[in-house]
Amino acid sequence: MRNPYRTQRVAFFFLLLATLLIVIPVGLIVVVIIQKGLPAINWQFLSDMPRQGMRAGGIFPAIVGTLYLVSGAILFALPIGLLAAIYLSEYAKDNLLTRIIKLAIVNLAGVPSVVYGLFGLALFVVFLKFGASILAGSLTLGIMILPVIITTSREALESVPQSFREVSLSLGASKWQTIRHIVLPNAIPGILTGTILGLGRAAGETAPILFTVAAFYLPRLPKSIFDQAMALPYHLYVISTQVPNVDEKIRYGTAFVLLTLVLFMNLVAIIIRYKFRKKKKW
Amino acid sequence: MVKFEIHDLNIWFDSTHALKQVNMEIQSNEILSVIGPSNSGKTTFLRTLNRLNDLNTSFKMTGAVELEREDIKRIDVEVLRRKIGMVFALPLPLPLSIFENVAYGIRMHGENKKKVLEDKVEEALQQAYLWEEVKDRLDESAFKLSGGQQQRLCIARTLAVGPEVILFDEPCSGLDPISTAKVEDAMIKLKQKYTIVLVTNNVKQAARVGDRTAFFLSGELIELDKTDKIFTTPQDKRTDGYIRGKFG
Repeated sequence: MRNPYRTQRVAFFFLLLATLLIVIPVGLIVVVIIQKGLPAINWQFLSDMPRQGMRAGGIFPAIVGTLYLVSGAILFALPIGLLAAIYLSEYAKDNLLTRIIKLAIVNLAGVPSVVYGLFGLALFVVFLKFGASILAGSLTLGIMILPVIITTSREALESVPQSFREVSLSLGASKWQTIRHIVLPNAIPGILTGTILGLGRAAGETAPILFTVAAFYLPRLPKSIFDQAMALPYHLYVISTQVPNVDEKIRYGTAFVLLTLVLFMNLVAIIIRYKFRKKKKW
Repeated sequence: MVKFEIHDLNIWFDSTHALKQVNMEIQSNEILSVIGPSNSGKTTFLRTLNRLNDLNTSFKMTGAVELEREDIKRIDVEVLRRKIGMVFALPLPLPLSIFENVAYGIRMHGENKKKVLEDKVEEALQQAYLWEEVKDRLDESAFKLSGGQQQRLCIARTLAVGPEVILFDEPCSGLDPISTAKVEDAMIKLKQKYTIVLVTNNVKQAARVGDRTAFFLSGELIELDKTDKIFTTPQDKRTDGYIRGKFG
Protein backbone atom coordinates (compact mmCIF):
# COMPACT_ATOMS: atom_id res chain seq x y z
CA MET A 1 0.00 0.00 0.00
CA ARG A 2 1.23 3.50 -0.76
CA ASN A 3 1.93 5.61 2.23
CA PRO A 4 0.83 9.20 1.58
CA TYR A 5 3.24 10.54 4.20
CA ARG A 6 6.18 8.84 2.54
CA THR A 7 5.09 10.17 -0.86
CA GLN A 8 5.01 13.62 0.64
CA ARG A 9 8.48 13.22 2.16
CA VAL A 10 9.87 12.07 -1.18
CA ALA A 11 8.26 15.02 -2.91
CA PHE A 12 9.69 17.44 -0.35
CA PHE A 13 13.10 15.87 -0.80
CA PHE A 14 13.09 16.51 -4.55
CA LEU A 15 11.78 20.04 -4.12
CA LEU A 16 14.57 20.73 -1.65
CA LEU A 17 17.11 19.14 -3.96
CA ALA A 18 16.02 21.35 -6.85
CA THR A 19 16.34 24.42 -4.65
CA LEU A 20 19.81 23.39 -3.47
CA LEU A 21 20.90 22.78 -7.06
CA ILE A 22 20.12 26.40 -7.74
CA VAL A 23 21.63 27.81 -4.59
CA ILE A 24 24.88 25.81 -4.52
CA PRO A 25 26.39 27.07 -7.82
CA VAL A 26 25.55 30.67 -6.93
CA GLY A 27 27.13 30.21 -3.52
CA LEU A 28 30.20 28.56 -5.01
CA ILE A 29 30.72 31.37 -7.50
CA VAL A 30 30.52 33.96 -4.77
CA VAL A 31 32.86 31.99 -2.47
CA VAL A 32 35.49 31.38 -5.16
CA ILE A 33 35.47 35.00 -6.31
CA ILE A 34 35.73 36.30 -2.77
CA GLN A 35 38.46 33.83 -1.89
CA LYS A 36 40.61 34.59 -4.92
CA GLY A 37 39.64 38.21 -5.48
CA LEU A 38 39.60 39.71 -2.03
CA PRO A 39 43.40 39.51 -1.51
CA ALA A 40 43.86 41.71 -4.59
CA ILE A 41 41.68 44.48 -3.24
CA ASN A 42 43.55 47.40 -1.78
CA TRP A 43 43.42 51.15 -2.29
CA GLN A 44 46.05 51.07 -4.99
CA PHE A 45 44.12 48.46 -7.01
CA LEU A 46 40.98 50.56 -6.90
CA SER A 47 42.53 53.96 -7.54
CA ASP A 48 45.45 53.32 -9.88
CA MET A 49 45.80 53.17 -13.64
CA PRO A 50 46.62 49.77 -15.16
CA ARG A 51 50.31 49.40 -15.94
CA GLN A 52 52.64 47.01 -17.79
CA GLY A 53 50.01 46.02 -20.36
CA MET A 54 47.36 45.52 -17.63
CA ARG A 55 49.53 42.99 -15.82
CA ALA A 56 50.01 45.33 -12.88
CA GLY A 57 48.55 48.46 -11.39
CA GLY A 58 44.84 49.07 -10.79
CA ILE A 59 41.49 49.19 -12.53
CA PHE A 60 40.45 52.77 -11.74
CA PRO A 61 39.56 53.81 -15.34
CA ALA A 62 37.41 50.70 -15.77
CA ILE A 63 35.45 51.48 -12.58
CA VAL A 64 34.96 55.09 -13.64
CA GLY A 65 33.99 54.01 -17.15
CA THR A 66 31.36 51.61 -15.86
CA LEU A 67 29.93 54.28 -13.55
CA TYR A 68 29.73 56.74 -16.47
CA LEU A 69 28.04 54.17 -18.71
CA VAL A 70 25.53 53.16 -16.07
CA SER A 71 24.66 56.77 -15.22
CA GLY A 72 24.30 57.63 -18.89
CA ALA A 73 22.08 54.62 -19.52
CA ILE A 74 19.78 55.47 -16.63
CA LEU A 75 19.63 59.16 -17.55
CA PHE A 76 18.34 58.11 -20.93
CA ALA A 77 16.21 55.06 -20.07
CA LEU A 78 14.44 56.13 -16.87
CA PRO A 79 12.56 59.20 -18.17
CA ILE A 80 11.60 57.57 -21.45
CA GLY A 81 10.73 54.24 -19.83
CA LEU A 82 8.64 55.86 -17.11
CA LEU A 83 6.72 58.07 -19.53
CA ALA A 84 6.05 55.09 -21.79
CA ALA A 85 4.88 53.06 -18.81
CA ILE A 86 2.53 55.85 -17.70
CA TYR A 87 1.12 56.09 -21.20
CA LEU A 88 0.63 52.33 -21.51
CA SER A 89 -0.95 51.78 -18.12
CA GLU A 90 -2.99 55.00 -17.77
CA TYR A 91 -3.83 56.37 -21.19
CA ALA A 92 -3.57 53.73 -23.92
CA LYS A 93 -6.86 52.13 -24.88
CA ASP A 94 -6.92 48.37 -24.61
CA ASN A 95 -6.88 47.57 -28.33
CA LEU A 96 -4.89 45.34 -30.66
CA LEU A 97 -2.16 47.93 -31.24
CA THR A 98 -1.58 48.46 -27.51
CA ARG A 99 -1.45 44.73 -26.93
CA ILE A 100 1.08 44.29 -29.73
CA ILE A 101 3.21 47.08 -28.25
CA LYS A 102 3.09 45.50 -24.80
CA LEU A 103 3.99 42.10 -26.23
CA ALA A 104 6.85 43.64 -28.21
CA ILE A 105 8.26 45.28 -25.08
CA VAL A 106 8.15 42.03 -23.14
CA ASN A 107 9.90 40.27 -26.01
CA LEU A 108 12.54 42.99 -26.26
CA ALA A 109 13.65 42.00 -22.78
CA GLY A 110 14.58 38.60 -24.16
CA VAL A 111 16.70 39.84 -27.08
CA PRO A 112 20.35 38.70 -26.64
CA SER A 113 22.58 41.55 -25.54
CA VAL A 114 24.98 41.12 -28.44
CA VAL A 115 22.13 42.04 -30.78
CA TYR A 116 21.73 45.31 -28.91
CA GLY A 117 25.48 45.81 -29.34
CA LEU A 118 25.22 45.36 -33.08
CA PHE A 119 22.21 47.68 -33.21
CA GLY A 120 24.08 50.33 -31.21
CA LEU A 121 27.05 50.02 -33.55
CA ALA A 122 24.87 50.53 -36.62
CA LEU A 123 22.71 53.34 -35.26
CA PHE A 124 24.80 55.37 -32.82
CA VAL A 125 28.39 54.69 -33.82
CA VAL A 126 28.05 54.60 -37.60
CA PHE A 127 24.80 56.24 -38.69
CA LEU A 128 24.64 59.05 -36.12
CA LYS A 129 28.47 59.33 -36.21
CA PHE A 130 28.93 59.35 -32.43
CA GLY A 131 31.90 57.02 -32.95
CA ALA A 132 32.85 54.52 -30.28
CA SER A 133 32.04 56.74 -27.33
CA ILE A 134 30.48 56.89 -23.89
CA LEU A 135 27.42 58.46 -25.52
CA ALA A 136 26.94 55.59 -27.96
CA GLY A 137 27.59 52.97 -25.26
CA SER A 138 25.21 54.61 -22.76
CA LEU A 139 22.44 54.85 -25.33
CA THR A 140 22.92 51.21 -26.32
CA LEU A 141 22.80 50.08 -22.69
CA GLY A 142 19.82 52.38 -22.15
CA ILE A 143 17.87 50.74 -24.96
CA MET A 144 18.77 47.33 -23.57
CA ILE A 145 17.31 48.10 -20.11
CA LEU A 146 14.26 50.03 -21.40
CA PRO A 147 12.03 46.92 -21.50
CA VAL A 148 12.92 46.06 -17.90
CA ILE A 149 12.13 49.59 -16.75
CA ILE A 150 8.90 49.84 -18.74
CA THR A 151 7.62 46.43 -17.62
CA THR A 152 8.36 46.88 -13.91
CA SER A 153 7.08 50.47 -13.92
CA ARG A 154 3.88 49.39 -15.61
CA GLU A 155 3.35 46.68 -13.04
CA ALA A 156 4.00 49.18 -10.26
CA LEU A 157 1.52 51.68 -11.71
CA GLU A 158 -1.13 49.04 -12.29
CA SER A 159 -0.82 47.71 -8.75
CA VAL A 160 -2.09 51.03 -7.35
CA PRO A 161 -5.74 50.26 -6.52
CA GLN A 162 -8.32 51.51 -9.01
CA SER A 163 -10.38 52.81 -6.08
CA PHE A 164 -7.73 55.46 -5.28
CA ARG A 165 -8.05 56.77 -8.81
CA GLU A 166 -11.84 56.85 -8.57
CA VAL A 167 -11.72 58.74 -5.28
CA SER A 168 -9.31 61.30 -6.68
CA LEU A 169 -11.34 61.79 -9.86
CA SER A 170 -14.60 61.97 -7.93
CA LEU A 171 -13.17 64.93 -5.99
CA GLY A 172 -12.77 66.81 -9.26
CA ALA A 173 -9.06 66.17 -9.76
CA SER A 174 -8.02 65.86 -13.39
CA LYS A 175 -6.61 62.66 -14.76
CA TRP A 176 -3.08 64.03 -14.80
CA GLN A 177 -3.42 65.32 -11.21
CA THR A 178 -4.58 61.88 -10.19
CA ILE A 179 -1.58 60.24 -11.81
CA ARG A 180 0.82 62.84 -10.45
CA HIS A 181 -0.43 62.97 -6.86
CA ILE A 182 -1.95 59.55 -6.20
CA VAL A 183 -0.72 56.94 -8.66
CA LEU A 184 2.95 57.90 -9.07
CA PRO A 185 3.83 58.38 -5.38
CA ASN A 186 2.42 54.94 -4.62
CA ALA A 187 4.22 53.34 -7.54
CA ILE A 188 7.67 54.80 -6.83
CA PRO A 189 9.06 51.81 -4.89
CA GLY A 190 8.22 49.44 -7.74
CA ILE A 191 9.66 51.84 -10.30
CA LEU A 192 12.86 52.24 -8.28
CA THR A 193 13.25 48.51 -7.93
CA GLY A 194 12.94 48.00 -11.68
CA THR A 195 15.36 50.82 -12.36
CA ILE A 196 18.01 49.45 -10.05
CA LEU A 197 17.66 45.94 -11.46
CA GLY A 198 18.12 47.50 -14.90
CA LEU A 199 21.21 49.32 -13.61
CA GLY A 200 22.68 46.07 -12.36
CA ARG A 201 22.17 44.50 -15.75
CA ALA A 202 23.70 47.48 -17.55
CA ALA A 203 26.75 47.38 -15.30
CA GLY A 204 27.43 43.71 -15.96
CA GLU A 205 26.89 43.34 -19.71
CA THR A 206 29.86 43.06 -22.07
CA ALA A 207 28.35 42.57 -25.50
CA PRO A 208 26.47 45.89 -25.87
CA ILE A 209 29.59 47.92 -25.03
CA LEU A 210 31.98 45.78 -27.03
CA PHE A 211 31.41 47.59 -30.33
CA THR A 212 30.08 50.89 -29.04
CA VAL A 213 32.42 52.25 -26.38
CA ALA A 214 34.82 49.85 -24.72
CA ALA A 215 38.50 50.59 -25.04
CA PHE A 216 40.94 47.71 -24.96
CA TYR A 217 43.53 49.65 -23.01
CA LEU A 218 43.15 53.32 -22.15
CA PRO A 219 45.21 54.17 -19.07
CA ARG A 220 43.55 57.57 -18.50
CA LEU A 221 40.10 58.85 -17.66
CA PRO A 222 37.70 59.73 -20.50
CA LYS A 223 37.68 63.42 -21.36
CA SER A 224 34.12 63.83 -22.65
CA ILE A 225 31.06 61.79 -23.57
CA PHE A 226 32.50 61.44 -27.07
CA ASP A 227 35.58 59.72 -25.68
CA GLN A 228 36.05 55.97 -25.42
CA ALA A 229 36.26 54.41 -22.00
CA MET A 230 37.29 51.22 -20.30
CA ALA A 231 34.59 49.25 -18.52
CA LEU A 232 34.74 46.53 -15.90
CA PRO A 233 33.07 43.62 -17.75
CA TYR A 234 35.05 44.20 -20.93
CA HIS A 235 38.27 44.72 -18.99
CA LEU A 236 37.67 41.39 -17.28
CA TYR A 237 37.16 39.72 -20.64
CA VAL A 238 40.35 41.29 -22.00
CA ILE A 239 42.64 40.35 -19.12
CA SER A 240 41.17 36.85 -18.97
CA THR A 241 41.44 35.91 -22.63
CA GLN A 242 43.34 38.49 -24.68
CA VAL A 243 46.38 39.32 -22.60
CA PRO A 244 48.73 36.48 -21.65
CA ASN A 245 50.30 36.11 -18.22
CA VAL A 246 47.95 38.26 -16.20
CA ASP A 247 48.14 37.40 -12.53
CA GLU A 248 45.08 35.43 -11.39
CA LYS A 249 44.77 37.85 -8.47
CA ILE A 250 44.11 40.78 -10.79
CA ARG A 251 41.48 38.87 -12.75
CA TYR A 252 39.58 37.73 -9.71
CA GLY A 253 40.02 41.12 -8.11
CA THR A 254 38.31 42.72 -11.12
CA ALA A 255 35.56 40.12 -11.00
CA PHE A 256 35.13 40.80 -7.30
CA VAL A 257 34.73 44.54 -7.84
CA LEU A 258 32.19 43.99 -10.64
CA LEU A 259 30.22 41.45 -8.62
CA THR A 260 30.21 43.71 -5.56
CA LEU A 261 28.95 46.61 -7.64
CA VAL A 262 26.06 44.60 -9.09
CA LEU A 263 25.14 42.87 -5.83
CA PHE A 264 25.24 46.20 -4.03
CA MET A 265 22.72 47.66 -6.48
CA ASN A 266 20.45 44.65 -6.10
CA LEU A 267 20.73 44.97 -2.33
CA VAL A 268 19.67 48.62 -2.54
CA ALA A 269 16.66 47.56 -4.63
CA ILE A 270 15.68 44.95 -2.08
CA ILE A 271 16.00 47.40 0.83
CA ILE A 272 13.86 50.01 -0.92
CA ARG A 273 11.18 47.47 -1.72
CA TYR A 274 11.18 46.15 1.83
CA LYS A 275 10.93 49.61 3.39
CA PHE A 276 8.02 50.69 1.23
CA ARG A 277 6.21 47.40 1.61
CA LYS A 278 6.24 47.88 5.35
CA LYS A 279 4.71 51.32 4.95
CA LYS A 280 2.01 50.14 2.55
CA LYS A 281 -1.43 50.15 4.10
CA TRP A 282 -3.79 48.56 1.62
CA MET B 1 -36.42 73.48 -7.42
CA VAL B 2 -35.41 70.69 -9.77
CA LYS B 3 -31.74 69.74 -9.50
CA PHE B 4 -31.50 66.84 -11.93
CA GLU B 5 -33.69 65.97 -14.86
CA ILE B 6 -33.16 62.58 -16.44
CA HIS B 7 -34.64 61.86 -19.85
CA ASP B 8 -34.85 58.45 -21.53
CA LEU B 9 -31.63 57.26 -19.92
CA ASN B 10 -30.34 53.95 -21.26
CA ILE B 11 -27.01 52.45 -20.31
CA TRP B 12 -25.13 49.45 -21.62
CA PHE B 13 -21.92 47.80 -20.53
CA ASP B 14 -20.95 45.91 -23.69
CA SER B 15 -24.17 44.03 -24.40
CA THR B 16 -25.59 44.20 -20.87
CA HIS B 17 -28.49 46.63 -20.74
CA ALA B 18 -27.90 48.04 -17.25
CA LEU B 19 -30.44 50.87 -17.16
CA LYS B 20 -33.61 50.92 -19.24
CA GLN B 21 -35.48 54.05 -20.26
CA VAL B 22 -35.22 55.88 -16.94
CA ASN B 23 -37.09 59.19 -16.61
CA MET B 24 -37.06 61.08 -13.33
CA GLU B 25 -36.33 64.31 -11.52
CA ILE B 26 -34.32 64.94 -8.39
CA GLN B 27 -35.28 67.95 -6.26
CA SER B 28 -32.88 70.34 -4.56
CA ASN B 29 -32.31 69.77 -0.86
CA GLU B 30 -34.04 66.43 -0.73
CA ILE B 31 -32.68 63.06 0.22
CA LEU B 32 -33.60 60.68 -2.53
CA SER B 33 -33.17 57.06 -1.48
CA VAL B 34 -32.56 54.54 -4.21
CA ILE B 35 -33.40 50.96 -3.31
CA GLY B 36 -33.53 47.68 -5.18
CA PRO B 37 -31.91 44.25 -5.18
CA SER B 38 -28.30 43.84 -6.31
CA ASN B 39 -27.77 44.15 -10.07
CA SER B 40 -30.83 46.39 -10.34
CA GLY B 41 -28.76 49.32 -11.67
CA LYS B 42 -28.73 51.50 -8.54
CA THR B 43 -25.00 52.07 -8.44
CA THR B 44 -24.79 52.45 -12.22
CA PHE B 45 -27.47 55.14 -11.93
CA LEU B 46 -25.49 56.93 -9.22
CA ARG B 47 -22.22 56.78 -11.12
CA THR B 48 -23.94 58.22 -14.19
CA LEU B 49 -24.68 61.43 -12.30
CA ASN B 50 -20.99 62.31 -11.77
CA ARG B 51 -19.87 60.57 -14.97
CA LEU B 52 -17.72 58.04 -13.13
CA ASN B 53 -19.01 55.37 -15.50
CA ASP B 54 -16.99 57.08 -18.22
CA LEU B 55 -13.91 55.34 -16.81
CA ASN B 56 -15.33 52.01 -17.93
CA THR B 57 -14.35 51.42 -21.54
CA SER B 58 -17.41 49.27 -22.28
CA PHE B 59 -19.82 51.98 -21.07
CA LYS B 60 -22.40 53.30 -23.53
CA MET B 61 -25.25 55.70 -22.84
CA THR B 62 -28.20 57.27 -24.61
CA GLY B 63 -30.64 59.87 -23.32
CA ALA B 64 -29.74 62.91 -21.25
CA VAL B 65 -28.95 63.88 -17.68
CA GLU B 66 -29.36 67.57 -16.95
CA LEU B 67 -27.95 69.34 -13.92
CA GLU B 68 -29.95 72.56 -13.49
CA ARG B 69 -31.04 72.35 -17.14
CA GLU B 70 -27.52 71.87 -18.47
CA ASP B 71 -26.53 68.56 -20.07
CA ILE B 72 -23.80 67.07 -17.88
CA LYS B 73 -21.86 66.04 -20.98
CA ARG B 74 -21.40 69.72 -21.79
CA ILE B 75 -19.96 70.52 -18.37
CA ASP B 76 -16.21 70.07 -17.86
CA VAL B 77 -15.93 66.74 -16.10
CA GLU B 78 -13.68 68.20 -13.36
CA VAL B 79 -16.16 71.02 -12.73
CA LEU B 80 -19.07 68.57 -12.72
CA ARG B 81 -17.40 66.30 -10.17
CA ARG B 82 -16.59 69.28 -7.99
CA LYS B 83 -20.31 70.08 -7.92
CA ILE B 84 -21.33 66.46 -7.41
CA GLY B 85 -19.41 64.77 -4.62
CA MET B 86 -19.44 61.05 -3.96
CA VAL B 87 -19.03 58.84 -0.92
CA PHE B 88 -18.19 55.24 -1.78
CA ALA B 89 -19.46 51.98 -0.32
CA LEU B 90 -16.25 51.19 1.53
CA PRO B 91 -14.36 53.84 3.46
CA LEU B 92 -11.57 54.65 1.02
CA PRO B 93 -9.13 57.06 2.59
CA LEU B 94 -6.24 58.03 0.35
CA PRO B 95 -2.81 56.96 1.66
CA LEU B 96 -2.24 60.39 3.18
CA SER B 97 -2.66 62.01 6.58
CA ILE B 98 -6.10 62.89 7.94
CA PHE B 99 -5.53 66.56 7.13
CA GLU B 100 -4.24 65.88 3.62
CA ASN B 101 -7.18 63.59 2.85
CA VAL B 102 -9.61 66.43 3.46
CA ALA B 103 -7.37 69.03 1.85
CA TYR B 104 -6.73 66.92 -1.26
CA GLY B 105 -9.66 68.13 -3.36
CA ILE B 106 -9.15 71.76 -2.43
CA ARG B 107 -5.46 71.54 -3.28
CA MET B 108 -6.25 69.97 -6.64
CA HIS B 109 -8.43 72.96 -7.42
CA GLY B 110 -5.47 75.24 -6.92
CA GLU B 111 -5.75 76.38 -3.30
CA ASN B 112 -2.37 76.38 -1.57
CA LYS B 113 -2.64 78.96 1.22
CA LYS B 114 -2.12 77.19 4.52
CA LYS B 115 -4.62 79.30 6.42
CA VAL B 116 -7.41 78.76 3.87
CA LEU B 117 -6.74 75.04 3.78
CA GLU B 118 -6.77 74.79 7.58
CA ASP B 119 -10.07 76.66 7.81
CA LYS B 120 -11.74 74.60 5.12
CA VAL B 121 -10.49 71.31 6.55
CA GLU B 122 -11.79 72.21 10.01
CA GLU B 123 -15.14 73.32 8.63
CA ALA B 124 -15.55 70.11 6.61
CA LEU B 125 -14.59 67.91 9.55
CA GLN B 126 -17.07 69.80 11.76
CA GLN B 127 -19.85 69.22 9.24
CA ALA B 128 -19.06 65.52 9.14
CA TYR B 129 -19.04 65.35 12.98
CA LEU B 130 -15.45 64.17 13.07
CA TRP B 131 -13.58 67.28 14.20
CA GLU B 132 -13.70 66.61 17.93
CA GLU B 133 -12.34 63.09 17.45
CA VAL B 134 -9.41 63.98 15.20
CA LYS B 135 -8.45 67.61 15.90
CA ASP B 136 -5.36 66.59 17.88
CA ARG B 137 -4.14 63.99 15.41
CA LEU B 138 -4.58 65.59 11.99
CA ASP B 139 -1.09 64.55 10.88
CA GLU B 140 -1.63 60.86 11.54
CA SER B 141 -2.28 58.45 8.69
CA ALA B 142 -5.97 58.22 7.81
CA PHE B 143 -5.68 54.44 8.00
CA LYS B 144 -5.35 54.68 11.78
CA LEU B 145 -8.99 55.74 12.13
CA SER B 146 -11.76 53.23 12.75
CA GLY B 147 -14.04 52.21 9.89
CA GLY B 148 -16.84 54.58 10.93
CA GLN B 149 -14.40 57.45 11.41
CA GLN B 150 -12.86 56.73 8.02
CA GLN B 151 -16.28 56.93 6.38
CA ARG B 152 -17.00 60.27 8.05
CA LEU B 153 -13.55 61.40 6.90
CA CYS B 154 -14.61 60.51 3.36
CA ILE B 155 -17.76 62.59 3.84
CA ALA B 156 -15.65 65.50 5.10
CA ARG B 157 -13.33 65.10 2.13
CA THR B 158 -16.31 65.33 -0.20
CA LEU B 159 -17.77 68.35 1.61
CA ALA B 160 -14.46 70.24 1.60
CA VAL B 161 -14.64 70.67 -2.18
CA GLY B 162 -17.94 72.58 -1.77
CA PRO B 163 -20.33 70.38 -3.75
CA GLU B 164 -24.04 71.01 -4.41
CA VAL B 165 -24.99 67.35 -4.60
CA ILE B 166 -23.62 64.40 -2.63
CA LEU B 167 -23.98 60.87 -3.90
CA PHE B 168 -23.83 58.15 -1.28
CA ASP B 169 -23.18 54.64 -2.58
CA GLU B 170 -24.25 52.27 0.22
CA PRO B 171 -22.19 54.33 2.66
CA CYS B 172 -23.01 52.19 5.67
CA SER B 173 -22.58 48.74 4.21
CA GLY B 174 -19.38 48.14 6.17
CA LEU B 175 -20.33 49.91 9.38
CA ASP B 176 -21.73 48.85 12.76
CA PRO B 177 -25.14 50.21 13.89
CA ILE B 178 -23.71 53.05 16.00
CA SER B 179 -21.45 54.31 13.21
CA THR B 180 -24.40 53.93 10.83
CA ALA B 181 -26.57 56.11 13.05
CA LYS B 182 -23.86 58.80 13.10
CA VAL B 183 -23.57 58.78 9.30
CA GLU B 184 -27.37 58.96 8.96
CA ASP B 185 -27.52 61.90 11.39
CA ALA B 186 -24.89 63.66 9.33
CA MET B 187 -26.90 63.06 6.15
CA ILE B 188 -30.13 64.47 7.57
CA LYS B 189 -28.35 67.63 8.72
CA LEU B 190 -26.51 67.98 5.41
CA LYS B 191 -29.84 68.02 3.58
CA GLN B 192 -30.34 71.70 4.43
CA LYS B 193 -27.36 72.66 2.28
CA TYR B 194 -27.02 69.82 -0.19
CA THR B 195 -29.03 67.59 -2.46
CA ILE B 196 -28.44 63.98 -1.47
CA VAL B 197 -28.87 60.79 -3.47
CA LEU B 198 -28.50 57.72 -1.29
CA VAL B 199 -28.16 54.27 -2.78
CA THR B 200 -28.76 51.68 -0.11
CA ASN B 201 -29.34 47.98 0.29
CA ASN B 202 -30.89 48.65 3.65
CA VAL B 203 -34.61 49.24 3.12
CA LYS B 204 -35.03 50.50 6.69
CA GLN B 205 -32.32 53.08 6.13
CA ALA B 206 -34.20 54.37 3.09
CA ALA B 207 -37.32 54.65 5.21
CA ARG B 208 -35.44 56.46 8.01
CA VAL B 209 -33.67 59.16 6.01
CA GLY B 210 -35.25 59.46 2.57
CA ASP B 211 -37.72 62.20 1.63
CA ARG B 212 -38.52 60.31 -1.52
CA THR B 213 -37.64 56.78 -2.51
CA ALA B 214 -36.96 55.28 -5.92
CA PHE B 215 -37.25 51.53 -6.49
CA PHE B 216 -35.14 49.97 -9.24
CA LEU B 217 -35.54 46.42 -10.53
CA SER B 218 -33.46 44.85 -13.35
CA GLY B 219 -32.44 48.25 -14.67
CA GLU B 220 -35.94 49.73 -14.67
CA LEU B 221 -37.26 52.47 -12.45
CA ILE B 222 -40.39 50.79 -11.10
CA GLU B 223 -41.67 53.45 -8.77
CA LEU B 224 -40.65 56.83 -7.37
CA ASP B 225 -42.69 58.56 -4.70
CA LYS B 226 -42.71 60.09 -1.23
CA THR B 227 -41.03 57.68 1.17
CA ASP B 228 -44.18 57.31 3.34
CA LYS B 229 -46.21 56.38 0.29
CA ILE B 230 -43.69 53.85 -0.98
CA PHE B 231 -43.59 52.18 2.40
CA THR B 232 -47.35 52.29 3.14
CA THR B 233 -49.25 52.21 -0.14
CA PRO B 234 -46.91 51.35 -3.04
CA GLN B 235 -48.55 51.40 -6.46
CA ASP B 236 -46.62 48.48 -7.89
CA LYS B 237 -46.82 45.05 -6.30
CA ARG B 238 -43.14 44.41 -7.04
CA THR B 239 -42.25 47.40 -4.85
CA ASP B 240 -44.49 46.00 -2.15
CA GLY B 241 -42.85 42.60 -2.46
CA TYR B 242 -39.32 44.03 -2.19
CA ILE B 243 -39.91 46.23 0.84
CA ARG B 244 -41.65 43.39 2.62
CA GLY B 245 -38.54 41.29 1.99
CA LYS B 246 -40.20 38.81 -0.31
CA PHE B 247 -37.26 38.94 -2.72
CA GLY B 248 -33.95 40.73 -3.13
